[in-house]
Amino acid sequence: MLHPVPHEDTHEPPIVELRGVTTGYEGRHVLTDVTMSIAPGDFVGLLGPSGSGKSTLLRCILGTVDLYSGEVVVEGRSVTQRRPRAGYVPQLETIDWNFPVTVQEVVMMGCTMDYPLFPWHRRRGKERAARIMDRLGISNLARRHIRELSGGEQQRTFLARALVSNPRLLLLDEPTTGVDIKTRDDVMHLLDELNHEGITVVMSTHEINSVAAHLPRAVCLNGRLTADGPPGEVFTTEILSRTYGAEMPVTDYEGITIVAERPHFFGRENTRRRQRHGHNVAEKRHPVGRDNRAQPHSHRHGHGE
Amino acid sequence: MFEPLQYEFFVRGLVSATLVGGLCGFIGVYVVLKRMSYIGHGLAHAIFGGAVVSYVMSINFFVGASVWGFVSALLINITTRKQRIGADAAIGIVTTASFAVGIALISRFRTFTRSFDAALFGNILAVTADDLVAIVLVVILSAVIIIVGYKFFLFATFDSEVARYYGVPTGWVDTMLSLVLAATIVVSIQVLGVTMIAAAIVIPPIVARLLTNSFANMMLLSTGVGAFCGMGGIYLSYYVDVSSGATVVLFSAALFMLVLTLTGIRSRIASARGKAASRSSLMDMESGPLH
Repeated sequence: MLHPVPHEDTHEPPIVELRGVTTGYEGRHVLTDVTMSIAPGDFVGLLGPSGSGKSTLLRCILGTVDLYSGEVVVEGRSVTQRRPRAGYVPQLETIDWNFPVTVQEVVMMGCTMDYPLFPWHRRRGKERAARIMDRLGISNLARRHIRELSGGEQQRTFLARALVSNPRLLLLDEPTTGVDIKTRDDVMHLLDELNHEGITVVMSTHEINSVAAHLPRAVCLNGRLTADGPPGEVFTTEILSRTYGAEMPVTDYEGITIVAERPHFFGRENTRRRQRHGHNVAEKRHPVGRDNRAQPHSHRHGHGE
Repeated sequence: MFEPLQYEFFVRGLVSATLVGGLCGFIGVYVVLKRMSYIGHGLAHAIFGGAVVSYVMSINFFVGASVWGFVSALLINITTRKQRIGADAAIGIVTTASFAVGIALISRFRTFTRSFDAALFGNILAVTADDLVAIVLVVILSAVIIIVGYKFFLFATFDSEVARYYGVPTGWVDTMLSLVLAATIVVSIQVLGVTMIAAAIVIPPIVARLLTNSFANMMLLSTGVGAFCGMGGIYLSYYVDVSSGATVVLFSAALFMLVLTLTGIRSRIASARGKAASRSSLMDMESGPLH
């Protein structure tokens, strides 16, 4: 566990604040009545099924979706008044990998709006880009085409673009989707390091276990906010079922919360077997030791059988 | 080689074709990377409609056709932004409709005497001093716009949505590039012809793409290749006595084939070497940009 405890509450004002936000596209509501705030230094994982509003929430913070009600405040200013200064890393799947750009050219895109009226990138921007690329270990790749990179290097390139303008807030859309397990681990550790350097990180993801292992705070969405808190509290079969509409067994391995996929027998033989053995079907998830098997817990199955 | 240069009409044609070729190659980078290759073909037809309308209403050709082409390009952009309609379909709808306006007017006013052969297939001999001035003006306009907006164009062309998140005025970028595109096609019609413009816009950037992996280099190379093809095509046109639009396109197509073959051979050599050294990582790197 990288974060033994969630970041302690600071008295600094929140860096992001959503107050009763309802938003969506073309009149269709994607997120309804979301209220939450993110403190400086937070590291938040957004979870939820596809279409649950994870990306929309990120766009909301960037101020690029229509607000039907409520208010989004970033660094003390409403996003409708001023575009927030946040680094954004898109999903790698959305990138056109055949586009003729080098790593250096991608990273410099992050400086585009630094001096909007100045036609070329200025030296200060170039120096910052060099520093960031050095920090992320991709300086030697500067002249490479983006297709010639490994998954981890691709992710670092787009991270560098997001960080080059020195934002205090970093937003990532599914940085761990479609990458191999080594890259995922690499990215999560890198984000954790950046977070420890003081950058507030908000990322959407499908990797519940990554969130449980690396992040101090999880926010579950399903058209609305279904849970918000430390993974150990949030990841219960009940909340996950409310978020994903599917039953998932939750267990604990040496202090790490692990959410497993539901085996075919889950909730049927397993429950019956345990009932035969006189086990109580618990109301709530409770941690079990490493020698115990994953125990399914749910209201419905518990009371229904 | 220098023999045709003694004719004033040839020199004028050569200069115009070189400038127009460079312009088409330059704006073509944006068109090809936006995957709107057929917008050149479509807009040329739309502008033909605009030319007929300006002729009928006795408006200056350059003004009428440019406005018509610009409005068509904007309509395509607006239609494309409605997400359920693809750019290809939008081009098909808007440009064919404007072309049809031209055809309708021609068939309605049967007294139409002006020959549109030159407009359809290009006639370098008919390029006047006024045409050349118009071409130079468009070159200056494009140069200014790209110098001021290079950073924006790169980001907006690469990833329009994320560029918007970063505060890039992507709507303006599209509008400016539509303006340059429309103006380029208007001044190119006389030299290349409505039916040949598409190739002049698409071939140079593709040739450039085969040769480089960098956006900045692709811009420079594509402009250079376009200018070179314009020049080569006009020389070819003089010696084989074929319409200028056709020779420019044939010249570019031949160059494309040549470059494609050479880069193909190069990547084969590279991969053979890679295999020999059994260094698979090296092979991936050098197997060419489009693999």
